[in-house]
Amino acid sequence: MRTVYVVAGGVSKFAKARPDKTFQAIVKEAYDYCLQDLGIDARQAFELIDGTVASYFSDHFQRQLMSGIMVQDYLGLVPKPSHRVEGGGATGGLSFQEAWKNIASGHMDTCLVYGFETMSHVETWKGNEFIALASDVSFDFPVGGFYSGYYAMMVVRHMKEFGTTVEQLAKVSVKNHINALHNPYAQKRKRLTVEDVRNSPMVAWPLTRLDICTMSDGAAAAILVSEDGLAKMEKAAGRRLPKVKITGIGRGTDAMRMSDRPHQSFDAFYAANSLDNEQDADSKAYYKELWGNGFRYPGVHSFRAGRMASKQAYKHAGIHDPLKEIDFVELHDAYTSSEIQTYEDMGLCRYGEGGTFAESGKAFLPGIDYGLDLPHQPICPVNPSGGLIACGHPVGATGLMQAVFGLWQLQNTFGKHLGDDKLQVKGARRGVVHSHAGTGTYVTATVMEREP
Amino acid sequence: MADHIKTHPEESLEGAVVFNVPIPTDLEALTGMAPIVIKYPYHIDYVHSYGQDSPFFAGLANKKLLGTKCQSCGHTFATPRMSCMQCGGATKWVEIPHEGKVHTFTVCHFGSEAFLPECPFVLALIEFEGVDTLFLTRLMGVDPLKPSMDWVGTKVKAKFRRLSQLKPTDVWFVPVGS
Repeated sequence: MRTVYVVAGGVSKFAKARPDKTFQAIVKEAYDYCLQDLGIDARQAFELIDGTVASYFSDHFQRQLMSGIMVQDYLGLVPKPSHRVEGGGATGGLSFQEAWKNIASGHMDTCLVYGFETMSHVETWKGNEFIALASDVSFDFPVGGFYSGYYAMMVVRHMKEFGTTVEQLAKVSVKNHINALHNPYAQKRKRLTVEDVRNSPMVAWPLTRLDICTMSDGAAAAILVSEDGLAKMEKAAGRRLPKVKITGIGRGTDAMRMSDRPHQSFDAFYAANSLDNEQDADSKAYYKELWGNGFRYPGVHSFRAGRMASKQAYKHAGIHDPLKEIDFVELHDAYTSSEIQTYEDMGLCRYGEGGTFAESGKAFLPGIDYGLDLPHQPICPVNPSGGLIACGHPVGATGLMQAVFGLWQLQNTFGKHLGDDKLQVKGARRGVVHSHAGTGTYVTATVMEREP
Repeated sequence: MADHIKTHPEESLEGAVVFNVPIPTDLEALTGMAPIVIKYPYHIDYVHSYGQDSPFFAGLANKKLLGTKCQSCGHTFATPRMSCMQCGGATKWVEIPHEGKVHTFTVCHFGSEAFLPECPFVLALIEFEGVDTLFLTRLMGVDPLKPSMDWVGTKVKAKFRRLSQLKPTDVWFVPVGS
């Protein structure tokens, strides 16, 4: 497999509604930003780009099929090859990895991946209905299809198994909203307290409005290249470009109906789902005790797909102790609860420790006042950008937005792109971007590293 | 400000029907024009087949909960599937007990348009003795405004509509003894 570099990224401002532009023109904002950052014009880009990947989730929001080709022609990139990728909330993460495949396989030297969603075209309850159609329409949707309800059932079980508290969930919301105060791309930039989160309107018990991301209109784009593609891009740009490469790719899946998820034994978990950092005697004793208390894996409290995606990506990148070896994570926090569950899937802590990890301070940024009493220094900031909860979740753009923020961290260019370097993780060398679909059905993990 | 004091009316998709809009004589002025936003209704009736899962719905109409059991490994699915997810074996139809326990739940105060009139309602996953997977259903007979972690583990029993609608909501669960 060939080495793949990410050379540029762009994100449109995420907003509740963008009636000023159609989806193609919103994507063009993100694309133009990539070109401007590289210092090349549209003609040069056309010469360099071998093909594209189009990332968007729902055809319902636009009431338009084949939206991808409409972006491709709007950007002036026909007749270059392109295809659309769709995988629910993980659409962006999957698309980014498809672009990686195009380069790694030798099929292309330069690949553009763009993503978008325009969710404001219907009212929120209709949007919830469209999203809930990403659950089994024979057995699940008709019972009361509502994604916030599905995730709420998962966290109630997490609370039952491990004693996770709503205050621990709220601290994730406080962290991500306060991080976003320094991110002008974010949709919701708020200084919140745990009380604010708990006092906001209940949506699906115990998740309140501030535990849940919002619908959004927005777009994002990234350009990936091979060694040869990089040389050509540098020639066109007339300068050397920072080298950020993709070193780990992982994906996992689980059953669409969460009622069908297995409840595996300790031995089955260790054989198939455990990470390198869980092989010591202490971890085994910890898990043995969990199983003794009735814990079964993954049940509905854990995302096995997220664990498998991380496990595969870590193996690819040679990561053995994620908390120590990863400098930051951008993960799919559509719900505060899913951020906590994902800490565990990604091995930043053990299963069952997500709640205490959330309030430990380890996933916070240094130098920011969160108004919280955090017992531990930051180790691995999670969602320094503000995540989905604060930035918004225009589905097809989301995973790419996360990848772009990851790229800027590794380029050490957060200050340049955000006009504020408060969110820059100092000396960031390696980051992981995690993208997740419907109750953990499709999950991707992508490791990116700065080349010294 | 108290919750009942409103500062703005609810947004709605009702409004005037407009057949023309002004346009400037100078076309340069069109750049940056405010967007025109129209309402575009779209209604669909689907012809949805339950296919191989149809016996489940016939079961509901006859007050039976039908799941499937793998003929190779014995894995039992509360929500039927004809091919075993564990081993790939063929499954056969079996009756699922009418009594189980709440595995987890939530109260939906908001939701998809189709279910808004029913809010707040309780969704729950039910576990059954001797069955390997859970079952998604509505939990009734509890106060949706007083949710409690104690609901997890509550013994519940199935109730069925007298007039079947051939939907998974033909069955729901209530606490045993209610």
